[in-house]
Amino acid sequence: MCLAIPGKIIQLDAGAPNFAVVDVGGVRRKINVDLVRDETLALGDWVLIHVGFAMSRISEVAADEQMRLLTMLGEERFAMEELEGYRFE
Amino acid sequence: MRYVDEFRDPKLIRQAAEEIGRLAEPGRTYRIMEVCGGHTHAIYRFALQDLLPPNIELIHGPGCPVCVLPMGRVDDGLSLARDRGVILTAFGDMMRVPGRTGSPLEHKARGSDVRMVYSPLDALKVAVDNPDREVVFFAIGFETTAPSTALTLRRARQLGVRNFSVFCNHVTIVPAIRAILDSPDMRVEAFIGPGHVSTVIGCRPYEFIARDYGKPLVTSGFEPLDVLQSIVMILRQLKDGRAEVENQYARVVPWEGNRPALKAMAETFELRPYFEWRGLGFISQSALRIRDAYAEWDAERRFSMPGVRVTDPKAAQCGEVLKGALRPHQCKLFGTECTPERPVGALMVSSEGACAAYFNYALRKTAAASA
Repeated sequence: MCLAIPGKIIQLDAGAPNFAVVDVGGVRRKINVDLVRDETLALGDWVLIHVGFAMSRISEVAADEQMRLLTMLGEERFAMEELEGYRFE
Repeated sequence: MRYVDEFRDPKLIRQAAEEIGRLAEPGRTYRIMEVCGGHTHAIYRFALQDLLPPNIELIHGPGCPVCVLPMGRVDDGLSLARDRGVILTAFGDMMRVPGRTGSPLEHKARGSDVRMVYSPLDALKVAVDNPDREVVFFAIGFETTAPSTALTLRRARQLGVRNFSVFCNHVTIVPAIRAILDSPDMRVEAFIGPGHVSTVIGCRPYEFIARDYGKPLVTSGFEPLDVLQSIVMILRQLKDGRAEVENQYARVVPWEGNRPALKAMAETFELRPYFEWRGLGFISQSALRIRDAYAEWDAERRFSMPGVRVTDPKAAQCGEVLKGALRPHQCKLFGTECTPERPVGALMVSSEGACAAYFNYALRKTAAASA
């Protein structure tokens, strides 16, 4: 449960500022971004995702590292399953 | 020492391992606790203990939320689905956790409406889609997960969803560390601090560990190199006679934590006077409950809960393993009566629990040796 999924912000909607669309290895999903909105969020920013929420902003390098770590831990499949499992809008 | 070429940066791994070898004084034993279950998982997955000199022992701490949840709370949650006809939603990690009357998965097979969700917001969506049913989210986790439950409560109120409530089992890591420090058979000299919990709470809440107990804590990332570097930082402190909170994982963990997350938690939750932890017993002010302002969305107030108490089997020695007095395989039940398939004690329940992680590591080692 402690491991988080790195994602890239690819869509923001001014009308629904609580949410953003992220891309994780080609899979796109809507997530909640309330926890990372204290500074302006921009397209192309990278975040760590946990149970449907962006928890923190990270650099692209850190995002790469996190993805590789998930793969090394054998958790990549579960991470993608989680991401694809989000059902909220 | 183990062959290190399989790591991403074998040169850096080798350097860190050599530095650890130089810093660890022969004749002295170092017991270092990694608090977080994610670290326990990584340490066994990468067999990091094999890179350390034999006088450094890693003790696996209480940071696996599924493992420390008392069985009675599982039974309480499941009774809502079985006896009250609610739709009970829970994370996948919870589905195999045994209660006295079986796991959520087994209850589902017997006809209870138990559904796995990947986010508390999914649970809220189930409530919106089923307006004529009561929907309860079985919330577990440390401060990594509590903010998402907090924001989901806020959203339920905003949207006026009245058939949704949360069975709150969130726990906080600092009181558990304090309980371990205060226990008489405590043998830990330093801590590898949690990674993602610290993105939320920051590093300040750990300062008492250095100040009042004289023990170093280094917040660490999850890569093999992160963990080794954190051990280097700890050994340097011990060598210099320092006790400080240091942040190895600064690329993700801000010293002050995540302000919006702390604010959302403070708005929706307050500390319980006490809460029971599997393996550690009752710890005061160690868990969160829902504030009065959100009482309508609190499953414990909405439904009268049976308040089931289940004592852990006496033969299971989870508490001793958690405090570092015993190693996982030294427990009488390890690998015989207690296995990941049929867990008896808390630490065998999830892959982040010390015993399950150790069991799987030993299996792989045996398989590798016979291959």
